[in-house]
Amino acid sequence: MLEAILSYEFLQNAFASGLIIGVIAPLLGVFIVVRRLSLIADALSHVTLAGIAGSLYLSQSVGALALLNPLYLGIASSVLGSMLIERLRSVYKHYEELAIPIILSAGIGFGAIFISLAEGFSSDLFGYLFGTVSAVSRQDLYIVAGIAVIVLAFIRIFFKELFVLSFDDEYARASGLPAKWIHFLFMIVTALVIAGSMRIVGILLVSSLMTIPVATAMRVAKSFKQTIWLSILFGEVSVLSGLVAAFYLDLAPGGTIVVTSIAILLIVLAYRKFSLSKKRGAAA
Amino acid sequence: MAAPLINIKEVSYEYEQTTALDHISMAVEEGDFLAILGPNGSGKSTLLKIMLGLIRPSEGSVELFGVDSRQFKHREWIGYVSQKSNSFNSAFPATVREVVAGGLAKKAGLFHKLPKNTSQQVEEALDAVGMKAFKNRSISELSGGQQQRIFIARALVAKPKVLILDEPTVGIDVQNVQAFYDMLAALNRERNITLVLVTHDVDTVTDRISHVACLNQTIHFHGFKDQLHMMSDEKREAWYGHSVRKIHHTEGSHTHA
Repeated sequence: MLEAILSYEFLQNAFASGLIIGVIAPLLGVFIVVRRLSLIADALSHVTLAGIAGSLYLSQSVGALALLNPLYLGIASSVLGSMLIERLRSVYKHYEELAIPIILSAGIGFGAIFISLAEGFSSDLFGYLFGTVSAVSRQDLYIVAGIAVIVLAFIRIFFKELFVLSFDDEYARASGLPAKWIHFLFMIVTALVIAGSMRIVGILLVSSLMTIPVATAMRVAKSFKQTIWLSILFGEVSVLSGLVAAFYLDLAPGGTIVVTSIAILLIVLAYRKFSLSKKRGAAA
Repeated sequence: MAAPLINIKEVSYEYEQTTALDHISMAVEEGDFLAILGPNGSGKSTLLKIMLGLIRPSEGSVELFGVDSRQFKHREWIGYVSQKSNSFNSAFPATVREVVAGGLAKKAGLFHKLPKNTSQQVEEALDAVGMKAFKNRSISELSGGQQQRIFIARALVAKPKVLILDEPTVGIDVQNVQAFYDMLAALNRERNITLVLVTHDVDTVTDRISHVACLNQTIHFHGFKDQLHMMSDEKREAWYGHSVRKIHHTEGSHTHA
């Protein structure tokens, strides 16, 4: 495997991108899960689909855009989607969750139109939906690396504020933290991570990399920081083993990564159940 | 004379064409232990939220430490403990230590890390609420009363001058409510922390407080708790919307709704 990675640039791109998103997706995912925003990640990934499909269509129909990386339009639509979700959440104050199905279906709706205009699915689009090992370009890798720098800087700078905001939103506002602004930036960073991660995991499965490793970590972690480190560990194991399996078995990496992360979750749940029943047995 | 710590001036608040607060004026002085009492829907929590700047009054203004609340910069001087059930995610994966350290976020300032002696400050705050032994426990494992003590420690860690509590005993076992108010009284007495509290626990709290404000859209009474018995029956009825029994105890007067 190592020999193949060293020989082929596309594998270097895929594994390096995978290593990066294995860190940033679960890292941001911890905040998404504890803030109960998991479904927003899903809505944004579907908005990204509209951007990607739109870009693929434009590259077919407008000659000057033939070489445009679809990731750019994907990122732009994801960021726009995050702003629209926030706007809708403030319009429907008592039904905040309504923003999610509205934006999600808008994303799929526009996506379907652009896919039809581009005369159906291309192999490119399949790669964006379920991830790819072979089609990650060096430019994609640079974009993912750029997003990672933004995410890591954001979390490092605002960690304590994000923690307080995630734990108790009302307290954060009452104590004078700029909760509104930090939440706004958080949504934009989330949109960036989703757009960046989908090259490897695929649009339809990107939110799972932000939630399943976190769900697993929460079962065993004793503190918030431990939840973060374990989420990243489970995320990395899922991404790397998923990519290896996808390469050897010629499968879509989105599928293998998600199935691996589900397998880790099941192992951890079984371990927890076993250790709890053992504890109860010892106590009795 | 020093400015009141909180000075509410002619504050009104309307929500969806209903008047929640009607020209409220009230001052909280340093060292006060004030309980804001009133029936459900009397605007108690709204008034607290206006004091904290969480919502803007439709009319009037609030001064904090002599400064208009919109210009007030020292939010860390005001600690806040909300109703436990309101905003806290009870399954949050964090230790008591992490939760309490969160109380230093504002004081440390944006773009700054928590101070090096955070651990020591957290332990001191936990000690003040009798929860030092729980520092490494997960917040989700604690009982309602214990969690509420942790939230008070989170407010105390930034060394506030005023602590504002919104129905802090909701969800706490009846037998622990007394001990909880004893702890608040000790904070007021020994650390000179000014306390403003919204509560329904009229019986339990009156032994410990210094001041009472009777609120129901307007202020029907505000003063020393010992003067509460001087409130006329008509005023009492106007305050609570129905007749209120007055029971005299040797140490003061208690009001039962």
